Amino acid sequence: MEPVLLSLQDLKAHFFTFRGVVRAVDGITFDVQRGEALGLVGESGSGKTVTGMSILRLIQPPGRIVGGDILFKGRSILELAESEMQALRGRQISMIFQNPRTALNPVLRVGEQIDRVYRQHTACAASEARDRRLEMLAKVSIGQPESFSRQYPHHLSGGMCQRAMIVMALICNPELVIADEPTTGLDVTIQRQIMELLAEMRQHTQATQILITHDLGVVAETCDRVVVMYASQIMEVAGTRELYSQPSHPYTQGLLRSVPRLDVEYDPAVMPGSVPSASQQPSGCPFHPRCPIAESVCREVRPELLPIADGHLAACHLTGKGRAWDSA
Amino acid sequence: MAERAAASQSRIPIIGWLLRRYDFEVYLLRRNPMTMLGLSIILLVVLAGIAAPILAPYDPLDVNPPIRLQGPSPQHWMGTDDFGRDILSRVLYATRVDLLIAFSAVSVAAIAGIALGSVAGYLRGRVDEFIMRTLDVIQAFPAFILAMGLAVALGSGMMNIIYVVAFIMVPIFARLTRSEVLSARERGYTEAARCMGATQAEIIFVHLLPNCLTPVLVQFALSMSYAILDAAALSFIGLGVNPPEAEWGSMVNQGVRFIVSGEWWMSIFPGLMMSICILGFNLLADGLRDVFDPKLRS
Repeated sequence: MEPVLLSLQDLKAHFFTFRGVVRAVDGITFDVQRGEALGLVGESGSGKTVTGMSILRLIQPPGRIVGGDILFKGRSILELAESEMQALRGRQISMIFQNPRTALNPVLRVGEQIDRVYRQHTACAASEARDRRLEMLAKVSIGQPESFSRQYPHHLSGGMCQRAMIVMALICNPELVIADEPTTGLDVTIQRQIMELLAEMRQHTQATQILITHDLGVVAETCDRVVVMYASQIMEVAGTRELYSQPSHPYTQGLLRSVPRLDVEYDPAVMPGSVPSASQQPSGCPFHPRCPIAESVCREVRPELLPIADGHLAACHLTGKGRAWDSA
Repeated sequence: MAERAAASQSRIPIIGWLLRRYDFEVYLLRRNPMTMLGLSIILLVVLAGIAAPILAPYDPLDVNPPIRLQGPSPQHWMGTDDFGRDILSRVLYATRVDLLIAFSAVSVAAIAGIALGSVAGYLRGRVDEFIMRTLDVIQAFPAFILAMGLAVALGSGMMNIIYVVAFIMVPIFARLTRSEVLSARERGYTEAARCMGATQAEIIFVHLLPNCLTPVLVQFALSMSYAILDAAALSFIGLGVNPPEAEWGSMVNQGVRFIVSGEWWMSIFPGLMMSICILGFNLLADGLRDVFDPKLRS
């Protein structure tokens, strides 16, 4: 088996709105290794979710993929027929959503929703789907899978809904699971349980995971590698340990410094400004207006994502010129 | 047993879901006296229509000139008309006709409107534009003028009245369904279903429509009262149900000539029955809206 499961190559997904073209994903390239957990980190509006939806080829109009390629197991999914793509969704690539309570259909019992996904892809008998469902529900620590299955989503807490979503996403044994901020909208204690559950299910199923999040703490705990996105582009790619110990890009450094810590007095001016709107991106490096060490080249030339160490890539002209922010 | 339970789970879930999901709302309904009044009125009127052959003391078409134009009396509670027919019997039989016309017309309008509205809302783009602009053309006419024109073109008769009334009501249902579908297709569960590989048909019939139908239900009850009024109005101006068949609108029209000479009962009783019926549907629709829309709940 080839080690690379998924490969995004210069992917561009743009939205053609009345107010102009929104470049939500603008030329991103990264590989996902089979079996790894990859974190996709960035602020709101940096293009993380659009990247996830692109992988499922579910960008809704007025958006579409305008360039680049997505190779899943060596095949371009952009060339698949819609019916082939549909068979792939949920079966080989599946997705876990944020806000689980709204991601479940309120008029269907949870059990039926799960069965629908399984039967969609396996065309098996109802009883077989039921057995599989009960087995999976038990795996995500649902105490009474039978009565749980009979509930409607509004009967369940957010954490329970997310467990049902996870079962739906994993019931066909997909090779790639994209979890799009799976803990957003949940209590902190439940967040922890869900993240532990995801990690546990990954051990079980050997599925590859892409975790889309803005929570750096979660990434540090669960991911092998991290892709940092900013303003529709990739800023840095590195192994988790390396990224946290030696962040190379000024944005990553600023991001890590922005995490409030108890031992250091919180400094709200740590990274001035905000993410540029995707329809009006700055010239050159998208981060230069907020970067403390930006030079003239940063304003004019868009930096390429280049290797700076083994398995560590960064898109910065000034890599190696020291830390951008005074260490706190 | 478990097998059977599992099988019943996979059916279209609306009815069981309505009952279970809204158990709290059914409780509210019970606490809402006006809605219960509306519901009771409708049930009584429907029962009266169904049981008309049993309840009616006389044959509604039985002409009896010697007793023509008699006022209300113990023999003829609502009096007799200018052919000596018993008004009470005619009002009861007319209930069947009017309710049947209204229910059929609103059902046809709802089915057509839901189909058009969901297609427009789901596909959007040119199909949406085409459907909605066509409906705009229908709505550009004053509804009743359009109904009159159509009724003249199609000719009178019960089936034609149903088509005409249904036709002018399609845009309301289509618009309502479209707006609901437009918002439902952006909700998380629709996107999640797509991500799990659901087919288009499954998305429309399992994920979109069942989540869009509650306001349509309210509109259904409200439209019933309009349909009764429209059907009666068409019959009143002679474009509706053919005589001698009993119908509220035509009965009112028949009695109009006699009001000036003091025989008020010919128009008043069918008119009163119609008003009560419309009041019932309006109260029910109001109550249903309160039940389904928590924002309006006091």
